[in-house]
Amino acid sequence: MAAVANMPVSDLLKSFKLKTKQQELLIRVSILCLVYILAFITRLFSVLRYESMIHEFDPYFNYRTTLYLTQNGFYDFWNWFDYESWYPLGRIVGGTLYPGLMVTAALIYRILHFLRFAVHIREVCVLTAPFFASNTTLVAYFFGKEIWDTGAGLVAAILIAVCPGYISRSVAGSYDNEGVAIFALLFTFYLFVKAINTGSLAWSLASAFGYFYMVSAWGGYVFIINLIPLYVLVLLITGRYSMRLYVAYNCMYVLGMLLAMQIRFVGFQHVQSGEHMAAMGVFFLMQVFYFLDWVKHMLSDTKLFQAFLRITVTCAVAVGSIALGLGMLSGYISPWTGRFYSLLDPTYAKDHIPIIASVSEHQPTAWSSFMFDFHILLFLFPAGLYFCFKRLSDATIFIVMYGLTSMYFAGVMVRLILVATPAVCLISAIAVSATVKNLTVLLRSKNKGVQTGSTKGSSSSKASSKALLDQSQPFQKNGAIALLFGAFYLLSKYATHCTWVTSEAYSSPSIVLAARGAHGSRVIFDDYREAYFWLRQNTPPDAKVMSWWDYGYQITAMGNRTVIVDNNTWNNTHIATVGRAMSSYEDEAIEIMRSLDVDYVLVVFGGVTGYSSDDINKFLWMVRIGGGVFPVIKEPDYLVNGEYRVDKGAAPKMLNCLMYKLCYYRFGEMLTEYGKPPGYDRARGVEIGNKDIKLEHLEEAFTTSNWIVRIYKVKPPNNRW
Amino acid sequence: MAREKSSKDNAQALFHSLRSAYAATPVNLKIIDLYVGFAVFTALIQVVYMASVGSFPFNSFLSGVLSCVGTAVLAVCLRIQVNKENKEFKDLPPERAFADFVLCNLVLHLVIMNFLG
Repeated sequence: MAAVANMPVSDLLKSFKLKTKQQELLIRVSILCLVYILAFITRLFSVLRYESMIHEFDPYFNYRTTLYLTQNGFYDFWNWFDYESWYPLGRIVGGTLYPGLMVTAALIYRILHFLRFAVHIREVCVLTAPFFASNTTLVAYFFGKEIWDTGAGLVAAILIAVCPGYISRSVAGSYDNEGVAIFALLFTFYLFVKAINTGSLAWSLASAFGYFYMVSAWGGYVFIINLIPLYVLVLLITGRYSMRLYVAYNCMYVLGMLLAMQIRFVGFQHVQSGEHMAAMGVFFLMQVFYFLDWVKHMLSDTKLFQAFLRITVTCAVAVGSIALGLGMLSGYISPWTGRFYSLLDPTYAKDHIPIIASVSEHQPTAWSSFMFDFHILLFLFPAGLYFCFKRLSDATIFIVMYGLTSMYFAGVMVRLILVATPAVCLISAIAVSATVKNLTVLLRSKNKGVQTGSTKGSSSSKASSKALLDQSQPFQKNGAIALLFGAFYLLSKYATHCTWVTSEAYSSPSIVLAARGAHGSRVIFDDYREAYFWLRQNTPPDAKVMSWWDYGYQITAMGNRTVIVDNNTWNNTHIATVGRAMSSYEDEAIEIMRSLDVDYVLVVFGGVTGYSSDDINKFLWMVRIGGGVFPVIKEPDYLVNGEYRVDKGAAPKMLNCLMYKLCYYRFGEMLTEYGKPPGYDRARGVEIGNKDIKLEHLEEAFTTSNWIVRIYKVKPPNNRW
Repeated sequence: MAREKSSKDNAQALFHSLRSAYAATPVNLKIIDLYVGFAVFTALIQVVYMASVGSFPFNSFLSGVLSCVGTAVLAVCLRIQVNKENKEFKDLPPERAFADFVLCNLVLHLVIMNFLG
């Protein structure tokens, strides 16, 4: 009886004694599961500290369009003309946005509702980015496995789960294109490298679909359509080409281009824009190249082939250059647009396009940003490059090129550190994995002696040679242990740094401000939402609000009122008109405001709280952009000896312009800090110059509790007499 | 005179050796080559038509030309995968290559139908 009871138990125990391969699989799967969960929860700081809300400015537009999509269906969304922004011009939303993010969120929302989870679309929007960040770690694992081996894949997944460069644009609440686009980018690259390694049409088709998803998600798809042809060119030049390259690139290019042209915003750019011509050029080059290769294979006589080669090459080059020249000269092929041209020539935007130059994310990157966002990956990246060059294959050449080009662009523009992050994580993972593997081989070889028992896949000869070396250097094992501890220490420091950075720097919603009170307690400034809800509840539904373009999306999404200009910045003259109105005297400004049917004006003012991203600090950009279109606005009028001041010594035009008056109205009586005179501006640190402000054509409608947002109503014209 | 004659000889010798080498290829590859030639020829006809009539519904023109170019390119990929002389693809069964070809063509033509407008 006892024997029978014992048998099933021993059978159970035997079943637990897994073979090595299964143990390894179990470890890998559990690590990936933990990394998946980690990538999600490390992005939830702001949801836990504040509430589940959408951050920043651009995500509010994405949220509004997603709301419209879920309420009205895809057809109405695709053909939507929005008359509530850019009054009186309106905006063709369906044709000027990248629908990938909205469609993805709406799809997740539909699936959850189908499964009877009645969530609000806002929750789905807030958590879309962390969900896709987790998916990116999975793709990074498979990509690392493709380039190097499973160890590198695991390390890559771990590194990218917490890397601050990626977290900065994918925290919960940051409902922006990049959250989905980085997943699409890495996925497309993985599928393409898989296609090149296998030479299969099915994988190339998958990479074309990946490219389609990327095009639908973000304007940065231009990076893919230029990097892949560059990579093909490098392979062709170095002689590493093969038939698989032909299959992979051609299938992906033709199908990808066709799919990409289905997005209305992209339109015909793949055949008409200068930024996409590299891909087409490489496409034709490949046809010529492989045709010549085929002819060479068929002909046995080399002299005849040389003659044929000469004829064909001269014909092809002539035809190609004539076509390109005609296209560019006639203007059919448009030159590189300002956005991307300023990547090649960083000084271009400052001189010619002030709107692009004014965005803080478009400035060149400082060393501190690199260290902040990458930490130890910064020196692991060259180490990884070394390992890649030691074992060159199609896949490692690709990742090296991706890493180098993306690092160049990350140096030109802060925002593009995001694009470099997956490459840096992958290459660093190669360095970490290869180093740790070498060290553990050293450790294991001493234990196992001359046996060929290494399980990690390194060759047995390596183990035996290391065993030989061990006799001459007895401290090698101790050195290996010390180095392993050092590596472990560095990686744990990396994890600590990343969590600290996420918590301190990248988890603020920007729409809710927090500060420390006098006794260390946390003070929350919810002024923005207070102002927008006041607008929503206390103004007529067809009221038009004029503000600087930064706040346009938030006003339409939360205040539900028509705005004059918003963050899309597609019409520079319209923005310049608003800038001109803000920088003129009140009498001139009221003419402009009446011509635009403005009912309310909204300004942001940080003088009471010390908030430094307010409109007075942005004012010079308003002047520059306004002055760029209307020469009547001259920047030197607002400066004193080249200095920007708001106190008694400020320029008279500055002291009386509309923006100054609206920001500092009634501020002259306000006591802001102990020991300072009334009217002390805490953001600029000076006492303001013009305290006695009288408004003739506007009246104050609402000021929030901390004076951050101020709303003024435009008075109707006086009666005749 | 001599140079002209030698270049004409060269061209003729080139032509003959190409023809003889091509005659040696298997029949199934020649069928694929015929298909490729037909697709490229159709694309050329469309380009000539566009040049004479104008490119107004540009999406229609693009979808027409790209469907021809696309199917030609896919057929060349099929030829590469099926050709017994390519060592890289000797593990790939020709049925799988053909199935991939059909799938990619299906996707291509579905997108073209959406794009025709």
